[in-house]
Amino acid sequence: MTLSTFIHGLANPTRFLRLSDAILPWAAGLAIALIGAGLYLGLVVAPADYQQGDTVRIMFVHVPAAWMAMFTYVVIAGASVVGLVWKQPLAEIAAKSAAPIGAAFTLIALVTGSLWGKPMWGTWWVWDARLTSMLILLFLYIGYMALWQTIDDPVRGAKAAAILALVGSVNLPIIKFSVDWWNTLHQPASVVRMDGPAIHASILIPLLVMAAGFTAYFVVVLLWRIKAEVLARRIHSVRLMQAQGIIS
Amino acid sequence: MKPKRRRLIFVIVAVTVLGAAATLVLTAFDENLVFFLTPSELAIRDVDPGRRFRLGGLVEEGSVEKVDDGIETRFRVTDLSAAVPVRYRGLLPDLFREGQGVVTEGAMGLDGVFVASNVLAKHDENYMPAEVAEALKKSGKWQGDKGRNAPDNW
Repeated sequence: MTLSTFIHGLANPTRFLRLSDAILPWAAGLAIALIGAGLYLGLVVAPADYQQGDTVRIMFVHVPAAWMAMFTYVVIAGASVVGLVWKQPLAEIAAKSAAPIGAAFTLIALVTGSLWGKPMWGTWWVWDARLTSMLILLFLYIGYMALWQTIDDPVRGAKAAAILALVGSVNLPIIKFSVDWWNTLHQPASVVRMDGPAIHASILIPLLVMAAGFTAYFVVVLLWRIKAEVLARRIHSVRLMQAQGIIS
Repeated sequence: MKPKRRRLIFVIVAVTVLGAAATLVLTAFDENLVFFLTPSELAIRDVDPGRRFRLGGLVEEGSVEKVDDGIETRFRVTDLSAAVPVRYRGLLPDLFREGQGVVTEGAMGLDGVFVASNVLAKHDENYMPAEVAEALKKSGKWQGDKGRNAPDNW
């Protein structure tokens, strides 16, 4: 099976809806179980950090949210390429549906980061490269959603939004490597780095469980939103046909 | 060439060009994107007294002294090859201590002392329970705040 036939196979909305209905209950159960377990492990079981004390527990929400903020953008950029090149409406719908979820994750990362920054660094906000590039990500999400709303024609809207998404993807490596390329107040990566995680297993495991839970949550909400959008478009075209007297 | 393939190549080329352009811009802005200067960079740059900037580094071991009025603190910020004396009046963040990374904001005074109006603590990327930190210190595997916070690791 070539990439092309795989994409066309998924693109059949009826088949996609059937597949997503099969995945949804499992993903939802997984999300609840993992986030529940992650919160218990993170807030109760995990030890306090040797220098940050209990404040380190903000990490269990902050870091997965920041990862998901970037992962969601990767999904949008990937779906935008499929939409632009293979003209797949379902990919365009997926990109559009993912945006508000990504924006929410970005906002959570920024707010929890601010709450963490005050006690540890001594400031709610600084304009260093990591924080600023993350704020730009939030603005990209907002601009992307606004662009979809502005253009009525779905074909033109999808194209414009996809181009914006791809231009904005330049920001992703900047966010990731900002802490290595420049002096920043934000510390470098603790988990995704060349010489292995710099976090003790007792703190790392709750973090990874939370990250898996956030990912499952993302899948659930994304599938729900895609489903709603597919159905909304169907209702729209049925109404159009009714209005034109093609069906009654 | 099929239109699909043409569009794919176009997208790949466009994103590559955009990435290259962004890289060039960021490289050109490099000096302005740093959040703070280290003492070594300051020695090369020669910043005018009174001009505000941020100075970052480690609080030098044994350099912290409280002035008798209880408000002013004096310490030296070092990157282990150069050091700058700093004067600061106000509250220090909880993580502030000797050997800890800090970013101070202010300007050089005429006497060569950096007058800070703001001190931020910078912590590293290592997280562990206190018992593990103790065990590492006992077994001699602890690289110390100095090594772990050294500018090379930032």
